[in-house]
Amino acid sequence: MAEKIVIIGAGQAGAQAVQSLRAEGFDGPITMVGDESFPPYQRPPLSKAYLLGSFERPRLFLKADNYYAETGCELILNTNAKAIHRAERQVELTDGRKLAYHKLLLATGARVRKLKCPGADLPGVHYLKTIADVDGLQRDFVAGKRIAIVGGGYIGLEVAAVGAKRGLDVTVFEAMDRLMARAVSPDLSAFYAAEHEKAGVTLKLRTGVEAIEGTDKVTGIVAGGQSYAADLVLVGIGVVPCQELAEAAGLGCTDGIVVDQNARTGDPHIWAAGDCTRHVGREGHEIRLECVQNAIDQAKHAAYSMVGKPKTYSEVPWFWSDQYDLKLQIAGLARPTDTLVRRGDPVARKFAVFHLRDGAVAAVEAVNAAPEYMIGKKLVAEGKKIAAETLADTSIPMKQMA
Amino acid sequence: MSQAKYKVTYVEENGTAHTVEVAEGWSLMEGAVKHLIPGIDADCGGACACATCQVYVAPGWEDKLPPKTDMEETMLDFAPDVRPGSRLSCQLRMSANLDGIVLNLPRTQHA
Repeated sequence: MAEKIVIIGAGQAGAQAVQSLRAEGFDGPITMVGDESFPPYQRPPLSKAYLLGSFERPRLFLKADNYYAETGCELILNTNAKAIHRAERQVELTDGRKLAYHKLLLATGARVRKLKCPGADLPGVHYLKTIADVDGLQRDFVAGKRIAIVGGGYIGLEVAAVGAKRGLDVTVFEAMDRLMARAVSPDLSAFYAAEHEKAGVTLKLRTGVEAIEGTDKVTGIVAGGQSYAADLVLVGIGVVPCQELAEAAGLGCTDGIVVDQNARTGDPHIWAAGDCTRHVGREGHEIRLECVQNAIDQAKHAAYSMVGKPKTYSEVPWFWSDQYDLKLQIAGLARPTDTLVRRGDPVARKFAVFHLRDGAVAAVEAVNAAPEYMIGKKLVAEGKKIAAETLADTSIPMKQMA
Repeated sequence: MSQAKYKVTYVEENGTAHTVEVAEGWSLMEGAVKHLIPGIDADCGGACACATCQVYVAPGWEDKLPPKTDMEETMLDFAPDVRPGSRLSCQLRMSANLDGIVLNLPRTQHA
């Protein structure tokens, strides 16, 4: 009898796993369970072109409508998994159904971290993670409205850029002393702060949010002890891994479902991939990555392992963000102790920051600088040592550094 | 609201040809993905961030395409097996004057 694979979670990792399982020759039945009403779709455009209105909904979907039927993958949508019965090798769904599996992939993703302050539940307080979230936000996202954005990370700043473009009055509240502090070096934070201010966005750094004001809907926000009028609020303060199902089943979880370099959990029949996981990264320590790259690569590795052809997951993490006409591309994971080398001039809106660790390129952040990003990613993968003066010298083409 | 659609032929490295219809304004990468054409990975979903949707535009069609942006040019520099006619299909939008375009696919999108 053909083995049966069940995938919990219908996001980027789930879709990639289906594709890779088929590409690797698995021809048994697959069932994918998702709690949203849509088949797997791309989330990155949600806070960018889809919110702006320049990218229609049908284009979000990762696969053709008939893909799942054609490939023999049953899609169960609007449904969540309630429990994993490991001894019986069954997943119990919220509708009471029980799905038997030989192999199980948990691709449950992450959920938004909720704001916990007075007024946080008022109508007009929005989050951005799903199509439904954006469609809800869209109704209030109108020129002339005052939007208070809580959190100066990727999501908050991408929404700020779209909001400024669409003629909203935008204020970003960030508790740290700089933008995207968790993701980029101080150079880039300063550069992006200037760009947002140039576009008319008001930035309030070192300003934690204390309350949302309003009786039946949002009318303002209290931050740093001061009250600001607002018609709507967008909260972008990070995500937390959806690990409850795994945890309840007794699988190891520490801020993420713990997996090895083949995306295996401690149960030989269960794998996990994407935002929901914590794994030992290529640098040898445990990390939790929230990005498309990890969803794709880890799902591929889960598939390789599930079909008995495991390879070690050691791909370089990469990220991108679109704000205004600026394309930010990052490869590798920076550390605060890295030596920073700037190449190019931020004034020209085209530059990169390289991170050197023990003389080797450990990460690169590139703004409108594709060669620096592409070659940089390669240098990170190889752990190549390059002198700081050489990297900084724009008269030497990036190609010559590869 | 019905969108105009035009024909595109994607040819796999082994010679298998797939002729499909792609809606005006969609990218030729999206056209391939929606029609389950093997050989276009498009890891980043069309953000010009990954260079995994390379195609070889058949001779005669290059002039009908918009010129490469700096970003596409430099991303392509690092895609595997770049040849004359190489483009990133996520950067090419379907339009009436591309009706019938033929795109050859590389053996792999990953170096």
